[in-house]
Amino acid sequence: MHPAFSVIFLTTLIGAAQGLFLALFTAQSYAAFKLLPQPDAHAFYGQGSLLALVLLVAGLGASFFHLGHPERAWRSAAKWRTSWLSREVIVLPAFMGVVFLYGLAHWLDWHPVLLTLPGGLPVDPTVILGVAGTVLAFALFLCTAMIYACLKFLAEWHSPLTVANYILLGGASGFTLAAAFAAHTAPELVGFLAGWAAIITVLALISRGASLFRNARLKPKSTLRTAIGVNHPKIVQKTQGFMGGSFNTREFFHGKSVTVLRGVRWFFLLGVFPIPLLLLSAGMHGSAVFLGAAFLVQYLGLLAERWFFFAQANHPQNLYYQSIA
Amino acid sequence: MTQLALVIDLNVCVGCQACVTSCKEWNTSGSAGPMGDQNPYGADPTGTFFNRVQTFEVGAFPNTETVHFPKSCLHCEEPPCVPVCPTGASYKRKEDGIVLVDYDKCIGCKYCSWACPYGARELDEQQRVMKKCTLCVDRIYDMTMAESDRKPSCVKACPTSARLFGDIHDPESTVSVAIRESGGYALMPEWGTHPANHYLPRRKMRIKIHEDELERADNPLKVDRQLPRPAMDEPTLDDVTTW
Repeated sequence: MHPAFSVIFLTTLIGAAQGLFLALFTAQSYAAFKLLPQPDAHAFYGQGSLLALVLLVAGLGASFFHLGHPERAWRSAAKWRTSWLSREVIVLPAFMGVVFLYGLAHWLDWHPVLLTLPGGLPVDPTVILGVAGTVLAFALFLCTAMIYACLKFLAEWHSPLTVANYILLGGASGFTLAAAFAAHTAPELVGFLAGWAAIITVLALISRGASLFRNARLKPKSTLRTAIGVNHPKIVQKTQGFMGGSFNTREFFHGKSVTVLRGVRWFFLLGVFPIPLLLLSAGMHGSAVFLGAAFLVQYLGLLAERWFFFAQANHPQNLYYQSIA
Repeated sequence: MTQLALVIDLNVCVGCQACVTSCKEWNTSGSAGPMGDQNPYGADPTGTFFNRVQTFEVGAFPNTETVHFPKSCLHCEEPPCVPVCPTGASYKRKEDGIVLVDYDKCIGCKYCSWACPYGARELDEQQRVMKKCTLCVDRIYDMTMAESDRKPSCVKACPTSARLFGDIHDPESTVSVAIRESGGYALMPEWGTHPANHYLPRRKMRIKIHEDELERADNPLKVDRQLPRPAMDEPTLDDVTTW
């Protein structure tokens, strides 16, 4: 497929934002159970939610560049019964709204005790909003990934590993960002967040590695035999029917050489996993520079990862467009 | 239920591209139009087409066969492009099974083109919406036309009658008979899309004649041969006996 930068930015930015929100609420949950010191709620949860919101808005903004008619984007919420894209269009603003309210509640110190859990833990609006946001964050990961994973003839995408990758890669970048952010606003949480960022990064390496392993061994289900229905082992296209370009020759080909593809793969394999892991361990004790660098490198790596994700998918329609004349 | 479709006879198609040009001509000026062209006389022309004719070579030289292969939307009975559309712009008509795009609802997200294994959908660069073969829905129901003209324009244009048009759910229609009796098949059956359009295979045009087909082995009445003349005193029952 042709990797569209609008979609690459959309998926990586909202992935990081979802991960960041999950990191914030994870820290809040640990703190509620007195497993972590209570950070400055204004700075950490309030500004952290704002940061997540900025990323979500940026991602949403990028997605509009993918549309032929952005002014009609509101229509895309119509078919949520059948379309994962439509579901994403509904879940994304819902998640943005919850992140906004969560941040606002922390910012305004709005902590009326709504109910008390059996252990004596008070439940305030931030907890309710945090749980709702967590559910929506995972729902959004699922929607985003299923947009690709539900297309059964794109074999590289049609796998549960796609969903796992989106969750783990988004989670890894979000927790890394949370660690870098905590170095400025809540230094006492840095070790915790950087530790989880490293664990999720390793899990993401396993899952992305598994999908690379799987994709390298795929055997295409469709061949020229089934594409034109002539049962002969040797079929060659002599002409695709036109000499200029068309949507079919642009949208479904990445247009890069195998060398470039391999280079991008190594770039993301290094940029998303080992380098951020090293930087995370270097920044474990609160170095904002190392943690910031870890996030930047990992995010750049994720841009490459997403580019490769699209480029690697081989659409069966390409069978019909192999030779100009 | 009606399912309109094309049946394309690959044994007859000569790859003249008449269906391509007539499709473009009709649809760029019809209700689906305009089908914009970009840079039409420049170095890298491009544009929207609903129908293409491709050419494949089957076999190894010198024993090759050339297959001309017209390709347009197959109006699948289980169209994978329809459920993925987030706006409902892409839909399959209940009354005749034609898969259409509502250009006023389409947001141009291209997701349906990813979901079509045949590459039947194109984004029109001028109107920024997805377009595809409409089976000339603005022709086939047009009562101001003569009945013989109420067919897709590609069907009308084909000089060798390689394109048949009709209802594949009606077992007596020309297309159903052609599919049934001439080995009609669907493209990429492995995806379960159940394309409505079918293709008729290439057929061998040589026949081998065996010895026993020239002379009847079983010929008790010897009708292939001139009968011996019966003797004068014998009864004559010409063409019945020869005693």
